[in-house]
Amino acid sequence: MASNPGSGAPAPLAIEARGIVKRFDGFTAVDGVDLTVPEGAIYGILGPNGAGKTTTLRMLLGIIDPDEGVRRILGAERPHDVAHAIGYLPEERGLYPSMKAYEAIAFVGALRGLPLREGRERGRALLEEHGLGFAADRQIRQLSKGMAQQVQILGTLVHEPRLVVFDEPFSGLDALNQGRLEKMIRGLADKGTTVIFSTHVIAHAERLCDEVAIIAGGKVPFAGPVDVARDRIRPQVRLETRVADGAWRAALPADARHEPKKDAGNFWYFSLPESGVEPLLRALIEGEAGILSLSIERAGLHDAFVAIAGEAAAKALEENSEEEAAR
Amino acid sequence: MSGRLSTLQAAFVIARRDFGAILFSRSFLFFLLGPLFPVLVGAMAGGVGQRVQETAQRPELGIAMEARDVDAMAAAHKALEAQLGEQLPRIRVVERVEPGKPFNAIGALQSGSADVAAIVVGTPAKPELVGSEALIRQWRGPVAMIAAQASAGATTDYPEVSLMGTTSSAANERRGHLLTAQAAQTLLFLLTMLLAGMVLSNLVEEKGNKIIEILAAAIPMDAVFFGKLFAMLAISIVGIAVWGSVGGGLFLAAGDRMPELTEPAVGWPLFFALGVIYFATAYLLLGSVFLSIGSLAATVREVQTISMPVTMMQLVVFFLASYAMTQPGSPVEIFAVTFPFSSPFAMLARAAQDPAIWPHVLALCWQVLCVYLFVRIGARMFRSRVMKSGHGPASAKKKGLFRRKLAASA
Repeated sequence: MASNPGSGAPAPLAIEARGIVKRFDGFTAVDGVDLTVPEGAIYGILGPNGAGKTTTLRMLLGIIDPDEGVRRILGAERPHDVAHAIGYLPEERGLYPSMKAYEAIAFVGALRGLPLREGRERGRALLEEHGLGFAADRQIRQLSKGMAQQVQILGTLVHEPRLVVFDEPFSGLDALNQGRLEKMIRGLADKGTTVIFSTHVIAHAERLCDEVAIIAGGKVPFAGPVDVARDRIRPQVRLETRVADGAWRAALPADARHEPKKDAGNFWYFSLPESGVEPLLRALIEGEAGILSLSIERAGLHDAFVAIAGEAAAKALEENSEEEAAR
Repeated sequence: MSGRLSTLQAAFVIARRDFGAILFSRSFLFFLLGPLFPVLVGAMAGGVGQRVQETAQRPELGIAMEARDVDAMAAAHKALEAQLGEQLPRIRVVERVEPGKPFNAIGALQSGSADVAAIVVGTPAKPELVGSEALIRQWRGPVAMIAAQASAGATTDYPEVSLMGTTSSAANERRGHLLTAQAAQTLLFLLTMLLAGMVLSNLVEEKGNKIIEILAAAIPMDAVFFGKLFAMLAISIVGIAVWGSVGGGLFLAAGDRMPELTEPAVGWPLFFALGVIYFATAYLLLGSVFLSIGSLAATVREVQTISMPVTMMQLVVFFLASYAMTQPGSPVEIFAVTFPFSSPFAMLARAAQDPAIWPHVLALCWQVLCVYLFVRIGARMFRSRVMKSGHGPASAKKKGLFRRKLAASA
């Protein structure tokens, strides 16, 4: 969790949600979700399509109200009371096709309370800054899809919000623009802006986030720092021995996977026992297992996701990523 | 950083954007030209209708003189009609007055017992024409010709026709008020339907642009709805100003050839003011319903499907208001005045027929309250029924008209 520099005290919360529930015609879309997002953090909501990410974000932003539970955004119980301090990029991107790029940015700013004239000036400046100055006076319908998406992202930021919410921000962007967006998100966090985004791509969350909430089937089985999620999984051991059997085998977990090598030696794959690596090593050496190689790898977020959300959710997540890549 | 917007300020942001976008769009040009077609069709139909009306329901001139004068006037009319045809008013014998006995022409006109538009009394040598100011001025010449022919058998010396104006005959006045009310109601109905349709297509376009979620996240949906309604209202005011200028120009150019409407009971200035206000409330009432429909529907086809019953209902409401207008004070009229969607139409008709002002104040308060309620309900429905999903699970999709985005999502 982020903390106040120097004080060690927990950072104030940008978002706090307790037990929020949303039902649609008998279907529980979000089921008792708890979230705490520290100010200044980059926070990811990770889950497959249909898990409840968008509904959760919409409740946090006040687009819809939860049926149960409470939410507090930047200290306000009614999100629209702090709308001027929030920027939001929905998953379904949209702008008025006949608007000029700089006017579109200014309009989104005006919705958040930024005076129109100032919004126009900032709109032009932001477009220049991001290499789109030449398109400032072009209508949205004349821009490429990628450029229009960038215009919308700039509109999300034009009023300099304290909290930025992105719903699947990387969806539909090419690799180059995904990299740019990652850089932009880091830049926002460096300035103290809280960024929360939903994604079904683990790599983005792993690279960017301080904290994540893993969501599946409308529930959040895990919410907290990425490192804590990874630590839910024991480090994975890959051991290569010359000998296939001996008293040392008792030191290996019962579910250790054994793969004999063709020529000589044996591979063993297992989670590091809770007792740690030292007792294991001692048993291998004293039992004369003939250690050829030994590697211990910390679990990735993907493994953590599988362990926390289950195989089905992980499979759905992979399928979403593949579909996205195919598009 | 920016400051928090009030609902009114937020509605203004939406209204400003919509107003500018529509005003400078091609569709606004079609919007301006829109009423031209019904006017042309109406003018053509009206031309035929007027012709029929002229022959079937030409106002008649009553004659109330001594028996021999009546006969002389009738013979003179017959002789002149052969030459002048419809230039002469049709005549009807109202009474063969006994010699020396006076005849109360004003009373006969106001009670409606004579069932004529004006009455000529006196003698052919000294005729007196009694009727509404406009009509007796129009008939002064023909009556002088008939009287001259009746008195001397020649049309060389025309007698002086003295005129006695009544405000108008009771029957004529009632008919005139009804006609004014009918014209105002029809105009109101056409304008309202035209605009409510535009507001609907505007919102559908908005949904197509997928910008609605950005709006909903930034400002209350009530503000979005109010902003859209008032933008279109402002557009309509521009439209009315243009149409009014063109219409006024045509009216001036046409001069006497334009049909004359009877002055409404509340007087023309207040009637115009009430017309604009009732137009605004009628539009806001219907627009708020259309907005709710537009926000609930996912596609243009769905909008058409859902809006059809509402359009039909509005037609029924129009017919109800038209019928109620002929039954002032009846339960039907009370219902038409109270039912929100027919209230503006019925009240405008009432303004043409009844000089009382307080019912309008009451009706306007009621109509404004209804607009507010409809917008709130529409915004609430939008929030609860539409903003449900990102990528809903495939199994939960397309369960029904409003459930395309049923399942919660992403």
